[in-house]
Amino acid sequence: MEEKLLDIIAEVCDSDDVRAERDVDLFAAGLLDSMGAIDLLVEIEDEFGVVIAPTELEREDMNTVNKIIARVQERL
Amino acid sequence: MTFYTDPAFFVLLAIAVLPAIGLGIAGKPLRLYGFCVSVVFLGFLFSKDLKSLAAFIFYLVLSTAVTMVYLRLRGRENPPKAAYPIALVAVLAPLIVYKVGAVFDQNILGFLGISYITFKAAQVVLEIHDGLIKEFSPLDYLYTLVFFPSFTSGPILRSRAFVEDIHTVLPRGEYIDLLRASALRFVVGAFYKFVCSSLFSIAMWAVPRAIGTSTAAKVALGQVGEAWAYALFLFFDFAGYSLMAVGVGGVLGVHVPQNFRAPFLSVDIKDFWNRWHISLSWWLRDYVFMRVVRIIRRKKLLKSRLAASCAGYVVNMTLMGLWHGITPNYFVYGVYHGVLLSLNEVFQKSAFYKRHKDSRAFKVCSWFVTMNLVVFGMALFSGQVHIG
Repeated sequence: MEEKLLDIIAEVCDSDDVRAERDVDLFAAGLLDSMGAIDLLVEIEDEFGVVIAPTELEREDMNTVNKIIARVQERL
Repeated sequence: MTFYTDPAFFVLLAIAVLPAIGLGIAGKPLRLYGFCVSVVFLGFLFSKDLKSLAAFIFYLVLSTAVTMVYLRLRGRENPPKAAYPIALVAVLAPLIVYKVGAVFDQNILGFLGISYITFKAAQVVLEIHDGLIKEFSPLDYLYTLVFFPSFTSGPILRSRAFVEDIHTVLPRGEYIDLLRASALRFVVGAFYKFVCSSLFSIAMWAVPRAIGTSTAAKVALGQVGEAWAYALFLFFDFAGYSLMAVGVGGVLGVHVPQNFRAPFLSVDIKDFWNRWHISLSWWLRDYVFMRVVRIIRRKKLLKSRLAASCAGYVVNMTLMGLWHGITPNYFVYGVYHGVLLSLNEVFQKSAFYKRHKDSRAFKVCSWFVTMNLVVFGMALFSGQVHIG
């Protein structure tokens, strides 16, 4: 599951560095923006069936790879 | 009485904020006072127009009834499927009827602020559906809808943040900090609206006249000058109003969201919509764009993610245009921005963009192009460019 999610994040952020640096703030690093975040939620829903409403989480709750993985795992 | 314009409004405001400041400094709840003051202000707003008052009260009764019933149904084990679309249509219907009526020069169900109150009511229904709102007292709901500082023209409040604010009693020190920031915002807002925006509204007619109309080139230059003056006028007028609304909201203990963040520094069109009328574009992003993209992806209507985002942008921005009014200019304005956002999205995926995006020369060019696209968009918006 983690591998699959990493693939998704790497694709949305268009960078393979995210696999190694899992605590980097993706928004601050310019890898993810608000529209990218929406893409990410759609991909997560498609792949894992986990529905996260776009207004459910604050940016600080999903701004690093590790946090995104944690959020998805909570709901699986 | 027009909010933030009539001298009477400011006199009344000065009287109304004093007890609020007293309560806030004493560390007392502001919720009930804020609600009562809002009702009084809206009373003044609609005092000379009973038809609007009736339409407004009708909206409040309709949306409160529908929302409270839907909230209860959604809490059940198996909520009826039809409840969500019915509730959503019910809170949107008065605005749609009003906008369509306006096409035929009829005022049906319309009142000042209907466009903005609809955003709030729709957001509540959508979030009840998403399971994010599980309880909402009728009084809190009404206060969310009637909150007077942002009633007529936003910024658009998010109900969950609003309810949290009105139920939080700030300690004295924090309230005083908020009060200081709010007073500053109010003063800056007033300066924007009454000094800066007035200057640019003068420039709108002064610039073309100064340039003259002796040659076609001068006429064109004059039109460009007028469009730029209009863009700056619109910014100072709207950002000024928004800052004042944020300031007044703060006095009542509510963190009204900021609506502008230096939009004339935008380096691309997406950046622009993250800086201009932010509460509107973020509302549309969260409740329209996201949902449209999700439906397209889920039903596999479009294969690529890029195509889905582009379709989402066009639908999203067309709706944004039509929300201002069903006219050819607003429609074209919406489509124009939808297409620009799509082109931007495609361009930013290109190798050329990735290679050059960090260079200073590229940023300056990108900024210059963006600004001119934006200013042209505003000329579409204002009707300077004639369509139809």
